Amino acid sequence: MGAELRRRAFALVAAAVAAASAGAAFAQGRTPVVPGAHDALAVAGPQAAQIGELWNLTVFICTAVFCAILLGVVFALWRSGRARDDEPADLSSIGRHERGPYLSVLWSVGVSIVLLLVLVVASVVTDRALARMSLENAVNIDVTGHQWWWELRYGGDKPSDSFTTANELHIPVGRPVILKLRADDVIHSFWVPSLAGKKDLIPGRTATLHFRADQAGRYRGQCAEFCGFQHAFMAFEVIAEPPDRYDAWVAAQRQPAAEPTDAGARRGQEVFLGSACIMCHAIEGTTAGARKAPDLTHLASRTTIAAGTLPNRSAELARWIANPQEFKPGTNMPATALPADDMRALVAYLESLK
Amino acid sequence: MTVSGTASPPRLNSVPPSAEDAAALERTWRDPPGLLGWLAAINHKEIGKRFIVTAFGFFVAGGLLAAAMRLQLAQPDNRLIGPDLYNQIFTMHGTTMMFLFAVPVMQAMSIYLVPLMIGSRSVAFPRMNAYGYWIYLFGGLMLFVAFALNIGPDAGWFSYVPLAGPDYSPGKRVDFWAQMITFTELSALIEAVILITGVLKLRAPGMTLNRIPLFVWGMLVTAFMVMFAMPAVMLASTALITDRLVATHFYNPAEGGDAILWQHLFWFFGHPEVYLIFIPGLGFMSAIIPTFARRPIFGYSAMVLSLIATAFLAFGLWVHHMFATNLPELGKSFFTAVSMMIAIPSAVQIFCWLATLWTGKLVFKTPLLFTFAFFFVLVLGGMTGIILASVPLDLQVHDTYFVVAHLHYVLIGGAVFPLFGAFYYWFPKITGRMLSERLGRWNFWLFLIGFNVTFFPMHMLGLQGMPRRVYTYGAEMGWSNLNALASLGALTIAISMLLFVINVWRSLRHGAVAGPNPWNAGTLEWSTPSPPPACNFEAIPVVGGRDPLWEPGGVRGHVAGLAVDSRELLMTTVLDAEPETRESFPEPTIWPFVGAVATTVFFIGSIFTPWAIVWGSVPVAIALTAWFWPKRRENTAHLALERAP
Amino acid sequence: MSAEADQVTATRRSGAVAGAPTVAGGVLDVRELPSFGFSHRSVMWWGTAGLMAIESTVFALAIVVYFYLRTHSELWPMRSPPPELLWGTLNTVVMIVSLWPNQLAKRAAMKLDKSGVQLWLSVCTVLGFLILMLRGLELTALNVRWDTDAYGSIVWMIMLLHTTHLVTDTWDTTVLDVLFFTGPLEGKRYVDVNENAIYWNFVVLSWLPTYAVIYFGPRG
Repeated sequence: MGAELRRRAFALVAAAVAAASAGAAFAQGRTPVVPGAHDALAVAGPQAAQIGELWNLTVFICTAVFCAILLGVVFALWRSGRARDDEPADLSSIGRHERGPYLSVLWSVGVSIVLLLVLVVASVVTDRALARMSLENAVNIDVTGHQWWWELRYGGDKPSDSFTTANELHIPVGRPVILKLRADDVIHSFWVPSLAGKKDLIPGRTATLHFRADQAGRYRGQCAEFCGFQHAFMAFEVIAEPPDRYDAWVAAQRQPAAEPTDAGARRGQEVFLGSACIMCHAIEGTTAGARKAPDLTHLASRTTIAAGTLPNRSAELARWIANPQEFKPGTNMPATALPADDMRALVAYLESLK
Repeated sequence: MTVSGTASPPRLNSVPPSAEDAAALERTWRDPPGLLGWLAAINHKEIGKRFIVTAFGFFVAGGLLAAAMRLQLAQPDNRLIGPDLYNQIFTMHGTTMMFLFAVPVMQAMSIYLVPLMIGSRSVAFPRMNAYGYWIYLFGGLMLFVAFALNIGPDAGWFSYVPLAGPDYSPGKRVDFWAQMITFTELSALIEAVILITGVLKLRAPGMTLNRIPLFVWGMLVTAFMVMFAMPAVMLASTALITDRLVATHFYNPAEGGDAILWQHLFWFFGHPEVYLIFIPGLGFMSAIIPTFARRPIFGYSAMVLSLIATAFLAFGLWVHHMFATNLPELGKSFFTAVSMMIAIPSAVQIFCWLATLWTGKLVFKTPLLFTFAFFFVLVLGGMTGIILASVPLDLQVHDTYFVVAHLHYVLIGGAVFPLFGAFYYWFPKITGRMLSERLGRWNFWLFLIGFNVTFFPMHMLGLQGMPRRVYTYGAEMGWSNLNALASLGALTIAISMLLFVINVWRSLRHGAVAGPNPWNAGTLEWSTPSPPPACNFEAIPVVGGRDPLWEPGGVRGHVAGLAVDSRELLMTTVLDAEPETRESFPEPTIWPFVGAVATTVFFIGSIFTPWAIVWGSVPVAIALTAWFWPKRRENTAHLALERAP
Repeated sequence: MSAEADQVTATRRSGAVAGAPTVAGGVLDVRELPSFGFSHRSVMWWGTAGLMAIESTVFALAIVVYFYLRTHSELWPMRSPPPELLWGTLNTVVMIVSLWPNQLAKRAAMKLDKSGVQLWLSVCTVLGFLILMLRGLELTALNVRWDTDAYGSIVWMIMLLHTTHLVTDTWDTTVLDVLFFTGPLEGKRYVDVNENAIYWNFVVLSWLPTYAVIYFGPRG
């Protein structure tokens, strides 16, 4: 390649690196969250495990076929004669049945058909197996997808036992979970890779997803259907706990919000009830009952805020409330300008809502 | 109807063509000069070149958009591009590549090549062909003007409702997308009808259907698919526009509509759409491999049947894009089976090419290199396609970067690499110059390596939980390194494209002069000078075999008796290409251009008000009527040649 | 068939035109071939056939959407009475009647009968405008607006799709009719009349199942 060309190429690379680095200057301090497991091949429940087995079989067969075809190409390249470009074409095949190539193609197609049939059968068998998981003693949760957060409603024996939370799903280890999936605005998709395949939440339709976690742990999920500005930051967590811890969590969630005990938190409750927060957010036990945004009754029991975007700590909570657009530009939550001590009080109150 | 009493009888061509014949034919078939002439041009080679250049321009634009995306995704928590702009960029990237590049470039290549390959002087409807080009150009420009004005569409190239509906995408953004669909689908449908008519009726005598080149078969099959697939997206996008503009409720669940209806209509088009892109790629493979293996293709009939089978099956797959919805599970399994079955005809094609290569003698030129990329890249993409065909597996990797990897492996491996092979193969025919082999190899290797570095890591990213269409991701997710690697690969692809452009630029001026048949190929287009004269063939050949320039008796004679002062073509029968009629073809005229401008005003106006349908149709009617209205001079010339059946 | 055909050596092969020229001494002389042909022997026929294939697909899909929305809904129509039968049925009858002068125009064209074409094409043009007027009345009697609900939306979509075909075909017929009075004419213009007649048949025939769906879909 000419020297001129090389110079131009280097200039291009340098420009690109500079642009990327400039991009780095833009990357700001969003305190990272510690995410739960989120790998489709690191399975923690029977759904993901069944899918994982089918994955192994399919990848094995596909890799074998791919290698066979590549070998065929390499062999053809190696074995075929070379010609100069002015050599006349070989017309000996016209009107003649080429037995060798014909049989090779026939056998290769035959083997391919057989392998494909194996994969179709394996796929259908896996499908059936997934549908046949036992649903005895299941936990029922209603999930409603909103632009850019997850509303979770748990039922119970009595209507008064039901409660609403957001973005953090607790489930008992070893018991099946039945999710009813609805969407409030646009199509979203519920996907927690370590536990199950995904299912879309479609306005006007109710879908169902079942899965079970067989190992305790934190599993991260993320919306998997493009849903607008903050599709990238619409995550949720599935926390699988031993049954007694789960029961304790449910019991706590069923309680209304704790009344603030110290002065700062009390002041914070006043700030909350006196500002625009109550237009969208509910806290059980207070007069705030709107359902347009996540339920804050037990906000402090959650590990993250803003649908998995920020860790749930005072400093991050304050920054989020002051200017949500800084972390999730385009989100529906407006900025809330508060004097510094009011903000401190508000955060203290919210952090008391365990 | 008798021959009109003009002073001298019309001059007809003789065999072999005399110098006066050649000069007269050149005058007759070339486009008029000057600016008005440029707007009135209808020669298929001129339109074909414009089409190819425009499509390549959109390819570069789409690539720059991708470069912006990769720059943003190279680092976690990046703020180079915010969500609003990013959503517009990825929408524009997908839309540009799918609607403004991939399908049009294939139609463009066929507009240029097919008449030459079948021994004709023109496409079947040359003025309509020009109109189809202008419509395509104006539709694409409209979209990019909207993007430049920050009102570009931002709901994805697939524009799912309700996100793309009136409630969640206010303003005109999605309307521009939906109307762009109208432009490009009109253009594609026009080109499809033109191609089918041409291939079936304008072939040289003796070129029976089982003697046409496999590339022509591929384009014929593609054209039929276009006719049956495009209406679905036309209906879907029209319903979307009316939902947004005049409050219809096709997709509004609150009033009896259904969000999934959009998905059914869109994917009923959308799945065949990718085969509209893939099958011409298969056609390129079948054109290049025989030439550089120095033997006719193995298994011609099996290849034709495979193309037809692929086309039929392609219409039975669409639900595999909807496996994550709450459609009945039994239905989904049916689509798994068909989605896997479609691999079979493609496998037949691959094995026949391998047999051809295996039993041939190879000439290692750049076009052949690009076909080897197909075997590596497309086949890998096909394997991930088989993975995606299975419902349980798809439910994990659907809407993740795994699919991004798959779609680029099949589209770039199956269509773009063969397309570049086709560029290197037919560039000498189109321009009369050879592209540099040396730059060609650099182009090829950088493209191949860059492609794999960009897209292979994306398989892993998908399995690790990275969804599609995200403008950024957290540093804590563990996706950073693979994303950085992918961005580096994208840079490599960009450099390889730059090399291609440099190669074209330099070769146009300084490339080795190409004769009629620099590759010693066997099909008819290589019998003309490079570039071909305005009339393509001074005397149309009579064909006697599949590779007329290779086989003895491949060209049994030539056609005499067609007018040289008037645009006269020979029409032949559908199956056996027996001569049937001499048809007079229309001359260049400004009306296709004017008609396209009127249509553009009509389409763009109706984004803003439904009344545009009424008042916008008047200039369209006037333009189309003027286009149709016969000119006395042409009429007289035709009457001089007239002979009733 | 032209008299000159006798001069040409004819070799009969399947699909061949009688009197087709053959290669003699490397030359295939085609000057005696006709310069236009009807039906599948003209490019216009193929263009029209392509158009009809595309539009049939559009209609078929629109009807599929109608039934999709219908199965998706408990009530159909959702909240309106079905369309009035009067204007739609009357228009259907007029359309069927119009097939007859259409066929006569087609026959006149194939016989290259200029005055026959002038007469019957004029009749078709008048009928076309009458049908359009009746279509206008139909649209006022649908008993639902396009923005009422999904039922209204699909009914109006289907009606307007077909109306577009009526409008374009009536315009085509008018233009051809005028041309046959003013000239200039050549053989190909008779082919155009033939194709226009075929397309009119398609517009009417595609209406019949559409009529059944629109008017009896909600009554079934």
